[in-house]
Amino acid sequence: MITTTHHDTDKKKDTEGLQLSSDILAALAKFQQIELEDFHLDAKELEILFTPGMAAQILPKLKLPGVAGSKPSSLLSTTFMPPIETYPNKISTVKLGATKSEGGTRGKTFTIGGELSPAFYTFENVIPHKPIVTLDVFDMEVPLSKAVKMHVKDVVGDPAAWAKLAVEKFGADMVTMHLISVDPLLKDASPKEACKTVEKVLQAVDVPLIIGGCGDPVKDTALFEEVCTQFSGERFLMSSVTLDMDVEKCAKFIKKAGNAVLAFTPMDLNFARELNRRLYDHLAREDIVMDLTTAALGYGLDYAFTNMERARIGGLMGDQELAHPMSSGTTNAWAAREAWLKMSADWEPRELRGPLWEVTTALTLLLAGVDLFMMMHPAAVKTLKDVTNYLTSGKKVDPANFADWVKVRA
Amino acid sequence: MAEKKKGGLKELSPITIYKSLPKTNCKECGQDNCMAFATKIVNREVDLEACKPLLKPENAKHYALLKELLKPAVKEVTIGIGDKAKKIGGKLVMYRHEFTYKNPTALAIDVTDEMSESEVVSRVQKTENFSYEYIGNTLKLDLIAVRSTSEDSDKFKACVKKVFETTQLPLILVTLNPAIAEAGLMAAPKARPLIYAATTTNWKEMAELAIMYDAPLVASAPNDLSALISLAKTLQEYGVKDIVLDPGTFANEGLADTINNFTMLRRAATKGGEELAGLPLLGIPMVTWVNKGELADDLVKWRESYLASMMITRFADALILHGNDGWSLLPIVVLRQNIYTDPRKPVAVEPGLKVFGTPDENSPVMFTSNFALTYYTVASDIESSKTNAYLIVVDAEGAAIDSGVAGRKLTAEKIAEAIKTSGIENKVKHRKIISPGKASRISGEIEELSGWKVLVGPRDSSEIPKYIIDKWQP
Repeated sequence: MITTTHHDTDKKKDTEGLQLSSDILAALAKFQQIELEDFHLDAKELEILFTPGMAAQILPKLKLPGVAGSKPSSLLSTTFMPPIETYPNKISTVKLGATKSEGGTRGKTFTIGGELSPAFYTFENVIPHKPIVTLDVFDMEVPLSKAVKMHVKDVVGDPAAWAKLAVEKFGADMVTMHLISVDPLLKDASPKEACKTVEKVLQAVDVPLIIGGCGDPVKDTALFEEVCTQFSGERFLMSSVTLDMDVEKCAKFIKKAGNAVLAFTPMDLNFARELNRRLYDHLAREDIVMDLTTAALGYGLDYAFTNMERARIGGLMGDQELAHPMSSGTTNAWAAREAWLKMSADWEPRELRGPLWEVTTALTLLLAGVDLFMMMHPAAVKTLKDVTNYLTSGKKVDPANFADWVKVRA
Repeated sequence: MAEKKKGGLKELSPITIYKSLPKTNCKECGQDNCMAFATKIVNREVDLEACKPLLKPENAKHYALLKELLKPAVKEVTIGIGDKAKKIGGKLVMYRHEFTYKNPTALAIDVTDEMSESEVVSRVQKTENFSYEYIGNTLKLDLIAVRSTSEDSDKFKACVKKVFETTQLPLILVTLNPAIAEAGLMAAPKARPLIYAATTTNWKEMAELAIMYDAPLVASAPNDLSALISLAKTLQEYGVKDIVLDPGTFANEGLADTINNFTMLRRAATKGGEELAGLPLLGIPMVTWVNKGELADDLVKWRESYLASMMITRFADALILHGNDGWSLLPIVVLRQNIYTDPRKPVAVEPGLKVFGTPDENSPVMFTSNFALTYYTVASDIESSKTNAYLIVVDAEGAAIDSGVAGRKLTAEKIAEAIKTSGIENKVKHRKIISPGKASRISGEIEELSGWKVLVGPRDSSEIPKYIIDKWQP
């Protein structure tokens, strides 16, 4: 059997050297390649022309007459060429938090984004900035699943203590202060009151903060304006600005305070592009993080994953409007009933099933390109941090150092 | 990134396929005509073999040509025989947004030849009976991996025999010793188990076994892709037809290499047309068990589970697991189902009035969002309890209840409008509607706009049947 590839110059050469039947020539004209079975070739000199780059693809398939049919007696040798690609664009970076010398009060800051390749294609490029984790803190009582509640029950209602616990005990890189008490349908607290909570949390921890609103577009605008006025220079991430808010107004006061913005859109890349375009009028690329919506494992995670993977690949391929770091509200994993529901004994304990649900949601999106994870359960946070450390260690593995699983008595 | 596609599905048009079909319009395939069949073929909705005239000897050339045109980037390999045979690989694309992934990752649970017979049987039965109902799908496990930890041919043979008698699930025979592998193959005659594995040292004996027993064979070369494809090439030339690749699975410090190897192989196959990389990939999350004893079992299962999930996302076509607890397997099977769904499937269902059972004028009326997963979850909870009820599906632009309310996609205005246009007012005498618990904050507004009394229902639809029994009064 011999495989040959059609090419204009090759064909001319072929017709000169070999008398190919008209059937084959017709097939060659139509198709990129044909395979001839039960084919014998008698030739003193066989000249095969390859265009550059084609050789690697064709050579492994080429079997010369005489060799065909005989079994190899020793291991054949071939080299795997890592499929390295280059990309015309890279993902923007965003810095979060500001130290004293930078005009804020934080003890540390983080930079996210800057990727040169799809998520963790470390055979191609290193990860410039490790993904980070921020833990959710609420400024009032909220419904929490049992598995989460058991870890935070002592601090619910005391945001400063909750933030301290998140950073010191659970290893959070950052804290998200959800100011839901301002919700007109909940406590309808004033933005000024909410800012007192922010002040307390700033005193309690020295990590950068994300400031979360209540989801009401009008109230959140007022809240964010007050926060930006009172805490200029802290480089907060304002979570979040949406298309149904006064985007221009928000962008202006966020810029003035030197803060960054989380641009939230509901699982549609066209909305994400539109929102970013409107933000560009007032903010720099380095001020914008995208939240493309996170759905829980089993409840739309596939949409979230593909949406984010497409955004990241699109960004690298040159779509500037999508070339921003991404954030995920991974806490949404707890919306899945399998995360919290008491099920029959076969599926228990839910104290393990729940956080594993959050981990699986997080790791799936880690592999889509998420840079910033908003999370809930301490065990899930620990695993995400462990995995990102492993994935970015840059070390090569020697299989000899790994015990053989085949004979393990598990 | 080069998007070169070998046998690329996007460049295939129905016309190209149609040209090589018999053009008999015989309808034997179930389609109206050959052009309709060609369209189904391009969309990978039917197999070429459904065209009976094409399989006749006189059409052999056309059949071969079409086969080549439709050849997937990753070869399809079948493990086992009969109804429960499992196909793995057959992938057309790298990313799931390009085209629906074919052949969901096959999941194997292991037993060993040093386990007691009763333990082997109970593990096999547990694997076979594993089942979870999820939005209209039954999620199952697929394979049994029998490992030889004894290194004793007789013990392995007896264990494989027991497993083979106990289950119809296809097998993976795990031993690097060809003599022991053969003992296992003899105990599962003509069953086409997957043989694990040929290495750079035992490959010739393993290749002989794969050929003699007509069984697929794993080529294993941990963390050395050149050695791996050299081995695959050698086996191929030796005459082994069905080869599966094991590039090695490493947990923890080895995670980066594991993910990189799987990703490089799949990219080389789908984007680079590398035939030797275009073979199904086997992952072994049970490597987390090699440190058993040093860690709590629950922690080992936790690590095994998330490693399995990462490998499903990163291109594994089959996985071998040891942990068989429901809590650690459930995220894996649900993720697999998610990753392998059609990415073009709409996020939303059609809004409007849905009828469950045979409701009358006193039956409960509920509303929910048109987000597909919300709708299917609610619908399955109502259906499974055989409750007679009306459900108004509100156009929330495909948002779930909580995010719909927060993001103004599910508003009182839309709900009032949906109640009005549904025609429910002519079907029931009462004027009470049950709201999802997560939409409680807008219930006052709904009452004002619609004139209906809103009863705030449970936060999770699993409690709907109980809520209706306890609370519903027309």
